[in-house]
Amino acid sequence: MITWFDENGLLLGLALLDGLAYAALVFMVSVGLNLVFGVLRVLNVAHGSFYAIGAYAAASLGGVAGLPLWACLPVLLAAAVLVGLVLGPVIERGLLRRIYGEEPVIQLLVTFALFMVLEDAQKLIWGVQPVSNDVAVRWLGTVDVPFAGDVIPFTAYQLFLLPGVAVATLVGLAWFLRRTLTGRVIVAVTVDREAATAMGIDAKKVFLLTFTAGAVLAALGGALASPTTSLVPGIGAQTIVLSFAVIATAGLGQIEGAALTALLIGLGRSVAVYFAPELEVVVPYLIMVAVLLVRPQGLFGAAEARRV
Amino acid sequence: MRRAEPWLALAGAAALVVVAVAAPWLRFILTLALAKGIAVLGILLLLRAGQVSFGHAMYAAIGAYVVAFAAPSMGDVLVLLPLAMLAAGVVGLVIGVFITRYREIFFSMLNLALSMVLYSLLEKFYAITKGSDGIRVAPLRIAGMAMDGPMAAWVMFATAMVVAAMFWWVARRYLVSPMGEALAGIKTRETRLEFMGVSARGVLLVAYVLSALMAGAAGAIIAMTTRHVTPLLAYWTSSGELVFIAILGGAGGVLGPFLGAVTYELIRVYAAAAFADIWQMALGLALLGVILFAPGGVWGVIAGLLRRARVT
Repeated sequence: MITWFDENGLLLGLALLDGLAYAALVFMVSVGLNLVFGVLRVLNVAHGSFYAIGAYAAASLGGVAGLPLWACLPVLLAAAVLVGLVLGPVIERGLLRRIYGEEPVIQLLVTFALFMVLEDAQKLIWGVQPVSNDVAVRWLGTVDVPFAGDVIPFTAYQLFLLPGVAVATLVGLAWFLRRTLTGRVIVAVTVDREAATAMGIDAKKVFLLTFTAGAVLAALGGALASPTTSLVPGIGAQTIVLSFAVIATAGLGQIEGAALTALLIGLGRSVAVYFAPELEVVVPYLIMVAVLLVRPQGLFGAAEARRV
Repeated sequence: MRRAEPWLALAGAAALVVVAVAAPWLRFILTLALAKGIAVLGILLLLRAGQVSFGHAMYAAIGAYVVAFAAPSMGDVLVLLPLAMLAAGVVGLVIGVFITRYREIFFSMLNLALSMVLYSLLEKFYAITKGSDGIRVAPLRIAGMAMDGPMAAWVMFATAMVVAAMFWWVARRYLVSPMGEALAGIKTRETRLEFMGVSARGVLLVAYVLSALMAGAAGAIIAMTTRHVTPLLAYWTSSGELVFIAILGGAGGVLGPFLGAVTYELIRVYAAAAFADIWQMALGLALLGVILFAPGGVWGVIAGLLRRARVT
């Protein structure tokens, strides 16, 4: 007798592996978005642009002639840090600082305008033709993953590197926020901005630091994604809505929660890719709607008391 | 200001007609601008309650696809328009019943998520919707008469005008009614509304369904004017565009959306002609300029001028 698993087991295995790698990328982007929202209280629509620009920058930098093969990984990191360190402070200082006192609608729209500007800037620099540079994936080769008595060949880059970086980010970020002084200062501003400022914390500095860190994380997500896919205009727009879905599902201001939700949504999406391709784009939102119906504050968010 | 508004509206409408006669190629753009203005009027109602929908393009897309699907069997503008509004309104009611439980970012994001669900359904179910190719809208009639060539363009322009005027009047009345005034209460402290025995959810639901109706009408007019519908109508950037226009026009008055929509479409057309590759960047910069230097939008600038004229 042939069961469903005999027929589709390998496909399921592949979907799980793919989902894991995908979830790692989604986590990198959404944790940055979440951090920025937690501290600045601004939902940054342009966050997806950092992802896209990080990806393009990594592909370009990796394509520079004469680089030794081993440099393909450091280049990814360098591109992301470069993009984040340039764009983050410029945007926070030049633009966001002017609108902290405004209504949320206005803040949302300022970042939406920024998204439009960056989207075209990216098209001007890198054009509209697909760009790809998969040196890193080819360099690391493939691994045979044993699964249900069979083997699935899968790229080492997606199997080890992506989840590895994501876990390192999660642990590093949790440690930084809870164990270091700067981290605790950031948490203090998140919890109660006024009280923190009254204690002598320089909120402006914290905003700048957090926004830059968020930009670097998004750019790193993009840079890490660049070897696994070909880059086309519109990846920024796709990424940002997916990250919105992740942080709204997780609950605002959650880091570990964002990781679990990214995993849930990443796996859900890739299972859909293999078994119900027409639902691929819908799955993350279905998960989000289902979660919010039951828990309006998100999976891990705390319910807020109603103000009178 | 409220008393000057009908005269301003009349003057604005007359100006649009003059431009449409003088420059026929602008007529198409003005029709689309009026249609978008109607959808933005709906966004404005929600903004009064402090809520931003980043998914209202969903209702425009529903209106547009209703037109595309129904046009072959009943291609009369006078039938299609109410049908599209009805469909958008019913969906708005069903979604509104649960979405009005949420506020602020959750409200924005749920609307966004649902519009993206619709977008991908439209794109993926090729057998029914022809995917990203979209559907061509069959030839239309109005009150039984076939529409073709320049006559069709004029009919659509006039339809957009009439529908816009109708909703402008509805929104004006609605905002000074108790239901409309209560919207501001949701923005400041909705618990206080409930102390008075007013259901905040009910208030928001009425505004939400109205806004869905308006977006549905806008989508129907867009579909009948461009005669082609694609899933992009429901994409989140289309929703962002509507919020963009609301702020550009100014959230202060009900004429704002139309001022904003006309300004937006004109910037877009001229920016696309002048710098083909960076029209989006030009729009983004225009929006930043408005937010930073003219927070009241186009309407705010005009209102300021009028006030000054009255003082002197």
